[in-house]
Order: sequence, then C-alpha cells, then structure tokens
Amino acid sequence: MTRQMTGAKMVVQALIDQGVDTVFGYPGGAVLPIYDEVFQQNSIKHILVRHEQGAVHAAEGYARATGKPGVCLVTSGPGATNAVTGLTDALMDSIPIIVLTGQVPTFMIGSDAFQEADTVGITRPCTKHNWLVKETDKLSEVMHEAFHVATSGRPGPVLIDIPKDVQFATGSYHAPKPSTSHYQPQVKGEMEAITELVAALETAKRPIFYTGGGVINSGPGASQLLRELVEATGFPITSTLMGLGCYPASGDKWLGMLGMHGLYEANMAMHDCDLMINIGARFDDRITGRIDAFSPKSKKAHIDIDPSSINKVIKADIPIVGDVGHVLEDILKVWKSRGRKTNSEAVAKWWRQIEEWKQVDCLKFKQEGKVIKPQYALARLEALTKDHDRYICTEVGQHQMWAAQYLGFEDPNRWMTSGGLGTMGYGFPASIGVQMGHPDALVINVAGEASWLMNMQELGTAMQFNLPVKQFILNNERLGMVRQWQELLHGERYSHSWSESLPDFVKLAEAFGAKGIICSDPADLDDAIMEMINHDGPVLFDCLVEKHENCFPMIPSGKAHNEMLLGEAETQGVIDAKGSVLV
Amino acid sequence: MSALKLKKGSTSHSAYNLRPTFSDVVEKHTLAVLVENEPGVLARVIGLFSGRGYNIESLTVAEVDHQGHLSRITIVTTGTPQVIEQIKAQLGRIVSVHEVHDLTVEGPSVERELAMFKVSGKGDKRVEALRLADIFRANVVDSTLETFVFEITGAPEKIDAFADLMRPLGLTEVARTGVAALPRGD
Repeated sequence: MTRQMTGAKMVVQALIDQGVDTVFGYPGGAVLPIYDEVFQQNSIKHILVRHEQGAVHAAEGYARATGKPGVCLVTSGPGATNAVTGLTDALMDSIPIIVLTGQVPTFMIGSDAFQEADTVGITRPCTKHNWLVKETDKLSEVMHEAFHVATSGRPGPVLIDIPKDVQFATGSYHAPKPSTSHYQPQVKGEMEAITELVAALETAKRPIFYTGGGVINSGPGASQLLRELVEATGFPITSTLMGLGCYPASGDKWLGMLGMHGLYEANMAMHDCDLMINIGARFDDRITGRIDAFSPKSKKAHIDIDPSSINKVIKADIPIVGDVGHVLEDILKVWKSRGRKTNSEAVAKWWRQIEEWKQVDCLKFKQEGKVIKPQYALARLEALTKDHDRYICTEVGQHQMWAAQYLGFEDPNRWMTSGGLGTMGYGFPASIGVQMGHPDALVINVAGEASWLMNMQELGTAMQFNLPVKQFILNNERLGMVRQWQELLHGERYSHSWSESLPDFVKLAEAFGAKGIICSDPADLDDAIMEMINHDGPVLFDCLVEKHENCFPMIPSGKAHNEMLLGEAETQGVIDAKGSVLV
Repeated sequence: MSALKLKKGSTSHSAYNLRPTFSDVVEKHTLAVLVENEPGVLARVIGLFSGRGYNIESLTVAEVDHQGHLSRITIVTTGTPQVIEQIKAQLGRIVSVHEVHDLTVEGPSVERELAMFKVSGKGDKRVEALRLADIFRANVVDSTLETFVFEITGAPEKIDAFADLMRPLGLTEVARTGVAALPRGD
C-alpha cells in the first residue's frame, strides 16, 4: 500500500509502523520538518535530552533493557557529530539503534553550508550501515531497511541522513513488508560442527562455558536454553562483562565474571580447562590477557553470528557461525538424542578443583573504620536492592568493575554497561533510556564522580520527564582506574587523575530540583540507600568512599590468567616493559 | 578442514574457511568482491582496509551488472593466512557486499591488467623500444617524433617485465589499471 505524504511525515509514519514508542532527540534547523510532525501526533513519545550524546546512550540503554531497537533524532552538523561517540559505543557492544540525522538540503550539500557535516562519511566506520537519502520516494524503504539491518545478524547502530528538502517534499510511502534485502545473515549453525561440539561435551574432563553479550542479544529464549544446557550438563559457567545475567548469579554453576578484573576461580578455570565453549563472546583483550598463554591446554569451540569474530584473536577448533539461540537449541537436541552423556566422574573432580579456587575468596574485603569502602557500598546496595525489579547501569572505571563483581544479575537485559568502547558518561543517559522502557522499575546507575560529570546535563532530562533514576556515585575524588594504573605502572606519579573543584552533589541535585543525598559514614549507609530507593524521583547519591582503593583481582597487562594479582601486596613491579605498552 | 557453509560468498571452496592455520607466511591473494552499486560503497571497502591496517596492492572497480545494480571490486592484497581470512570475513559483513570470492584459493583463475607506457627517445633506443613492444605484443596507441605510448595487457608480472625493459630505453610515464580477474571454467 502506498500513500502520498511528505518525507517528514514518512519518518514518523515509518517509526509508528515499526512499533517505535519512544524517540530520544534534540531538535535543530535541519530536522524542523520532522519535529513538526512529531508535534502533531501522539503515538510516539519524544524525550528531549540535553546533549545528542545523551540521546544515543539513552537509546542504547532503552534497547538493552527492552530488547527493542532504540531510536534517536538529531539535527545536522554538530547534532550528528555529537552522536558519534554513542554510535561507536553501540557498534562495539552490538546494540541495535537507529539514528536519524537532519542534513542541509541536497542542493547545498558540499557547499560548507551552515551546520553541514559529511555525516555519512564521518559515521561510516562507526555504524553497521548508513544511508544518505536524496529522494523522498526512497525514504520509507530505507527506514524499514534500517530497522532490518540494525536488528538482524549481529545487531548494531545504523544512521539515516535526511536532507531538509527531502523532508519537505512529497513522495510515496510504502508500509513495511517482509524484507527483500540481500542482507540475511545465517542464523542456523552447521550441523556437522554442532555434532563435533556435542561429542566434545560428552568426553570433556574440564569443560567451561564462556558466555558473552551474544547470548543477551539473541533474546531471552537464548538465556533460557543456556540455563537448560548448563543445568543438564553440570558444567561450570563464566561470563564476560557483556554477558552478565545470561545465567543467574545465584546459580550453583556460576563462577562469576572472567577477565582482567574477573574472579580468581573463573580465570583459573579458563586457564586450566580442556574444553572451552565460547557462546557469543569475542575473545576480547580484556578477557584473554596474554594471547600465547591463553588457556593453553583447551580445545576451543566458538559460537558467533559474526564470521569475522571467529579466528580473529584465538584460533577456534570448533567454529560455529550462527545465532546463539538457534545453535543452543540444536546442541541440546543433538546432545539429548545421543543419550545426554557427560564424563561425570571427571567433571566432579573438576568441580572439586574449582571449589578449591573458590576458597581463595578473591572478593573478600574488610570494612573497617569510618570510611566507606567502595566494595562495601556495592555489597550493601546489592543486599538492599536485589529483591527489587532492578536494572543497573554503570559508567566506566573501577566502580564498573566492582559493580560487575559485587552485584548479582539473575536475568538478561538487567545490566547496561559500556563494555567495548569504555565510554565514561554512558551510564547516566543509559539509565534514562532504561527507565523509559521500564517506568516502574528501580533503575540505578552505579557511577564514579568523574564519569558522572561527563553527561551530568541529563539531570535536566530526568527531571523534565519525571524519570526516577538513582545515581549511585562512588566518589573517591579520583579517576580511580587511571590512578590505579599510574600506581602500578608509572611510579605513583598521579598525573591529572584527581578531581579537584568537584561540585557539591547535593546542591547540584537541588539546583535541578532533584534530591541529593550525601553519605560518608558506613554506619549511615543502609539508611541512606533506603532513602534513595524510597524517594519517588531522581536521586543523586554522593557516596564518599576510600580514595586509594584498588580494584582486584587484576590480570596485569601482558600476563596470563593464572598470573592474577589478588591484593595490594603483590603489585610491585608486576608489569614489564612489554606489558606497559598495552592498555 | 571443513569449510562452513554460508550463504554469502560461499562456494564449494568457501571464502569463509574458518579453520586457517596461524602462519607467519605472507601471501598475496586476489579477491573479487561483488557490491551494491551505491554511493559510498567504495569508501566502505577502502575504509575497512585502512581502518584495520590491511594492505591494498591494487584495486579496480566498475559496474558489471547495470540491471542488478552490482559493481565488482577486484582487490589484490597481502597478509598471513589469518589476516586474509579476516579480510574476507570483514568484507563479508559490510551490508552492501553481496559476495566475496578469494580467487587465489577457489581454483584456477585468470588475471589481467592493462597498462600504458610513455617512452621517449631517439635513434637506436626508439627502434629497440618498438622491437621489444612487438615481442611483448604491446600496441602503439600514440606516437610523436620523440615518443611512443604503448598499450599492453597481461598478467601483472608480464607488465612488470615490460616496464623493466622500457626503463633504460626512456620510460617517462606509466599508467596501470590494476588487476581484473575471473575464475576459470564454471
């Protein structure tokens, strides 16, 4: 069915037809016709952010918490360039978002017009795909294709650049129809390889599931299948930062997060395993540590929907290209049909070894004296919020790693953090997006004071739309992770890694009309957290914590999984010259 | 060593053989990439090579199917087997890319390049240039009293050899198209 309408109306119509209910955006000259259409309808709610970067992170948060693509609408030039960090963040973490940018009219493109930027050129390397639409007649098809590309295969951000004259002109609108696009990534894994993996499962003596964001991206069904497979085989499971929640933290097969700041038992098990089953993770450098010493004795199976992930870093012995959900379904089917076999005796022995590693109790800490330890703050936050309908976002740095270590995630889509790009300033706008997707849930952004300040302007957004997001700021007046690396690597020369002239966060909150809470005494912490939870509105929680706490365990740069540091005593001269060039 | 069966770019010798041996030996491969003929598609391909630090020895591009809106990009690249596999996989995930073929591993193929050489000289050198051009089946496409412009088509090695011969005879300018290649047979 085709209808005649303006390009601007097409944009709104396509969003409605794609089931979009929320758009995060910021108006400007080159998108005024679209904003005029947004004004004249009630199907889509527009959230006015305070900076375009905030719009993209909010859309990311919305997408990760709801499983639906997030949508942004920003203007040309600076609006588009401000979106670049968010686009790169979404590309690295495979988050489906659609960014619509205004552009100067087609006849002015290339003339250095006011607020002109080569948006498709600038965003080509930081989107999965992008389009400059020069004809109104093609706009609706591109809009629908954009949703298809963003959500198919390995998800990612896409961008549509729409010149102002295309928005004003009238053309034919086409309703969405089943995609005829040549872009149809393979979702079913090759049966031959799946059977090979099942055979390996049956005989493995020291197996481990190493899961990642691909499980979350594959949908809640994939997490269910994963849980079924883990319970049925009895194998231990660890996960990357991106995959937390795909298997419940309370599950008895759970070893905790792995990697640079992962748990001792998880990293040791990765190092010593004889069968590694990578499900939707990508052997990121935060995970592998030194490549040539990475899990030297194991056979490695790798399930990924993106063929380029396979053999990129670590050679896969059993590569399987496909969607995690589809592949897990086939694995279970084949494994059951072959008689549900495992080498249970050897696996029981493996578990005894793992239990020994668990005894190290690598996350232990002592809360002593009158200063709050960041670990204690998160342990209390966990205890007081875990029974709520809770969503957690984070910024980037030490607090992010502590949150991953001390908070437990029972379900997928409950944990929003910038994994690949490591974007400080991600968490606050992301929490706004999450709260839009789940208006009645408890949405907490665990932040550091420095990260939080990077997108603090979004407090205005939270207030305007009455989004009761809780900003739990672990304030050590330091760029904690930078400080930690300077201590370990740069002779304790703390170059520009402290935050001077910090605002009074309580007054800052009040200046926006929000609630501010400050807490510095461990004895007051529980009450203060309860006050935060019970306040109906945005809260800025300034939690003053120990200033020089380091984040452990830690695999130093250039070291292997079994060379973890567990505490302060082990940190002298651990990173050699070769390791020091790594980030 | 079974290759994975993938829709995009897969043949009986799949471009996505996912089990390479990690070797340090640098190989030269010729890739044929069929892409949507749309604005920016070449930038996507080139941007991939520069962004990820891959080599381009030569690159040619032109529309090959007007109705189907397809262009063919022929890229000669070098890298270890692991890097070559990565290049193919990375090319394959560009949304505008329809097919990726590694002509170097997918059976025999023919490669051709066209080049033009301007040679200026007098007397014996001029005669010798003309004689050698005849041996190499290069055509004279333009001539002045002191210069020839030769056109030569062939495998890149043949063109290299011709260039080596022309250099002492007064070679002043070279234009090469880069390699175009097709697999042999069906």
